[in-house]
Amino acid sequence: MPCVSPDGKPTKSGMATLSAIKNGASTPEAVSEKTGQPLFKVRSGLRELAKAELVEQKDENYKLTSKAEQLLS
Amino acid sequence: MESSKKPEVGLPLIGEKAPDFEAVTTQGTLKLSDFEGSWLVMFSHPADFTPVCTTEFIAFTKIYGELQKRNTELLGLSVDSVSSHIAWVRNVEEKMGVKIPFPIIADLNKEVSNKFGMIHPAQSKTETVRCVFIIDPESKIRTILYYPLTTGRNMNEILRIVDALQTTDKHKVATPANWNVGDPVVVPPPNSTEGAEERVKEGYDCKDWYLCFKKL
Repeated sequence: MPCVSPDGKPTKSGMATLSAIKNGASTPEAVSEKTGQPLFKVRSGLRELAKAELVEQKDENYKLTSKAEQLLS
Repeated sequence: MESSKKPEVGLPLIGEKAPDFEAVTTQGTLKLSDFEGSWLVMFSHPADFTPVCTTEFIAFTKIYGELQKRNTELLGLSVDSVSSHIAWVRNVEEKMGVKIPFPIIADLNKEVSNKFGMIHPAQSKTETVRCVFIIDPESKIRTILYYPLTTGRNMNEILRIVDALQTTDKHKVATPANWNVGDPVVVPPPNSTEGAEERVKEGYDCKDWYLCFKKL
């Protein structure tokens, strides 16, 4: 998995996505721009991060969950 | 009696929306809709660890940068497991020094290959033939190429087609035989006698009213 390892921990690209969201990128397009990852990878990664309860989606926007906030602190 | 669901077998045609799917790949689970907004060259190969496919993957990797400049992604597919794909791309990197940068679908249950008509049973019942689907940013199929198992694909032609499709979309023109970027393009023929009369006065390089070229 590109963004979450089988053990549930975010991978390097998963961490980059989380950091980008923390720094204000809330849409897949903004995350892609900030991380340099292709848009298709970001969209797929965000689905995985949502499944792992690290991000929450509202409409087109994503925000970190408290679990992700903890991980990044 | 348990009902068995028949696999969805088909061949989407040029101009139709490509059937969406969700598939396990070497870069995670991807949906076709993940690629919306960019062009996509989706291709199948018969099997991992086979010689012609290896040369093709190296060649696809060589044009990947050029494709990206054209807002175009690559997505491979074969009826192999993700572990086999991972082992093969690692082997290509180790033995050939080429890192495969694009995702490859592990289509073990043939769900995607059946949807896109990639299995031609008279060639092989278990392997996909060499298909190329060029899909536009709205997920519409714009080009379909098929090659037999024994013939490796021509990457320059794939790049040329992407250039031609993008040029057509941008300038509302067509591209003649053997066209390459920089060559004159074909102005769409007029569809009325009045248009035909006007066409020859419009300053294009016209051989006749129905065949006019212009430089972009």
